Amino acid sequence: MLGSGIIKGLAETGRNFVGSYFDPERMTTVEYPEQRLAPKENTRQFPFLVFDGEAALAGLRCVACQICEKECPPQCIYIEKSREKKPDHLGKPQFHPAIFDIDISVCMSCQICVEVCPFDAIKMDTEFELSTSDRFGGLLMHKDLLARPNSHFLKVHPTDAGVIDARRAEERARLEAKARLDSEAKAKEAPPAA
Amino acid sequence: MFQAIDQIFVNLLRGFLGHLPEPIRPWAGLVISLGAILGTFGLLFGLTTVCERKAIARMQNRLGPNRVGPYGFLQFIADGIKSLTKEDIVPRSADKVVHFIAPLALLVPVVLTYLVLPFGRNMVVLDLDAGLLFYFAAGASTELAVFMAGWSSRNKYSLLGAMRAIAQMLSYELPFILSTIGVVMVTGSLSTVRIVEAQGPGDGWLAHWNVFTPWGFAAFFLFLIAAFAEANRSPFDLPEGESEIVAGYFLEYSGFKFALFFMAEYLGMFSSSALAVTLFLGGWTAPVSFLGFVPSWLWFFLKLGVLMALFIWVRGTTPRLRMDQLMDFAWKFMLPLALFLIPVVVLWDRVGRGWVGWVLCGPIVAAAYVWLGRALVGRRRIQLRTYRYASG
Ligand code: SF4
Ligand code: SF4
Repeated sequence: MLGSGIIKGLAETGRNFVGSYFDPERMTTVEYPEQRLAPKENTRQFPFLVFDGEAALAGLRCVACQICEKECPPQCIYIEKSREKKPDHLGKPQFHPAIFDIDISVCMSCQICVEVCPFDAIKMDTEFELSTSDRFGGLLMHKDLLARPNSHFLKVHPTDAGVIDARRAEERARLEAKARLDSEAKAKEAPPAA
Repeated sequence: MFQAIDQIFVNLLRGFLGHLPEPIRPWAGLVISLGAILGTFGLLFGLTTVCERKAIARMQNRLGPNRVGPYGFLQFIADGIKSLTKEDIVPRSADKVVHFIAPLALLVPVVLTYLVLPFGRNMVVLDLDAGLLFYFAAGASTELAVFMAGWSSRNKYSLLGAMRAIAQMLSYELPFILSTIGVVMVTGSLSTVRIVEAQGPGDGWLAHWNVFTPWGFAAFFLFLIAAFAEANRSPFDLPEGESEIVAGYFLEYSGFKFALFFMAEYLGMFSSSALAVTLFLGGWTAPVSFLGFVPSWLWFFLKLGVLMALFIWVRGTTPRLRMDQLMDFAWKFMLPLALFLIPVVVLWDRVGRGWVGWVLCGPIVAAAYVWLGRALVGRRRIQLRTYRYASG
């Protein structure tokens, strides 16, 4: 009959209305600044540069290979290589970035820079409360602002960082084992001096 | 004592006017009453918007505004300040004068309709003999303002919205007015004050509200549905359908002019609800005589509140109609039913307005409802739609 649908609908919304006062299960709202959802591991906002050790700029993993700069779709990364090399965590001499800038007003959080980096040097941050009262300033992030310790990486993406840390430790161990073998072989080769 | 509380506003006004020189008294009375009406209903407008947002949120299991003031009830003040301080943009190719006048032309007739509504015992600004006629005359001129707004914006969406609004408001004006004819017939007067008095308990203990009659019950709902459509409220909010025509006729309005449109819409809704209360729910009269000690204006605003809750509830429930459904409903269902109710009222009057009337008129009205309803929706068959090119 005409009107029965309306009555049914009114009953449904009425039930929701009353139910919302008595049944907290129904409510999906999270009142944001006071209440928060648990952070999700796979969220991504803007990239950061990982460093090892204590000193931020000295410990950057980035070797200024510029792959990410070339791959970044909106071209928001700008890198300038250093002139001199310094040893990386495996002791190999490598360049490091003299300038590493990301324009986060252009960055579209696509994570491509992270995917292409062969040195696990750039990763996505989960920080999203980035609003400021300054409209134009602070959008070009220099490397000192981009640098985050590995412990931060471990905190925001534990699974990912764990795998990478294990691999790096393994690489180092293999290198040390090789060095030990080498030196032992060298020791064997050279006859004990008479 | 009860008498004093009941008449407190009337006596305040009379006392104040006593201090003024004789010739300006009627004018001063008019201005003060208008100010009081605007103040009361302006505040009610603000509170209703908050209540509406909160209630609809609850119907969707959300929280709604809850930050400004206690439980978020001061949200409307923040919104008002925001819309006052916003930039007022007039499109370059708009007809500037008409664009400026339209919101005022909408608000003024709506406010005029309040002049003939009795808010309580002796609380009516103008007790016109043809009060109801005045109400409809003033109310109907809002359509012009709507079209002015849509036309002067020089925007196709605005124009489409205005055309929809005109088509809808004109179509629903008929059942809106025809559904009140029964009330005028049994009362024998067009004066809103007389109509309310005729519905009071009189000598008995039960009030004779018009909604408690078979024809009045049907007419009440017809009137209410038409009032929904007149106020452009969901499910009849086609003139402002966001998904199709952005915002309809007030698309090109911003800032305070937009707020005026918004306010006029709500004031129109209050005034047609108030008329529904006056005509069918006994105005300021108590439902039973032993509750007569409650002040008359309190009864009026209680009933108004119930109707507003119904408006909000329906808005939270129904989806928007399609244009052809809208027109079908007005012309094929509401208009015939409203016309049919007129002879039923005559029958009700002839058989003595008692239980005989119920036995005779009740089934007739119900049968008409069922039959017209079936004619409207019964024959429609839903079939699988086939496409010429897109299938397969
Ligand atoms: S996330 Fe994408 S857009 Fe942002 S810096 Fe990396 S590659 Fe460029
Ligand atoms: S972040 Fe990675 S890919 Fe980019 S320059 Fe540094 S090492 Fe190369």
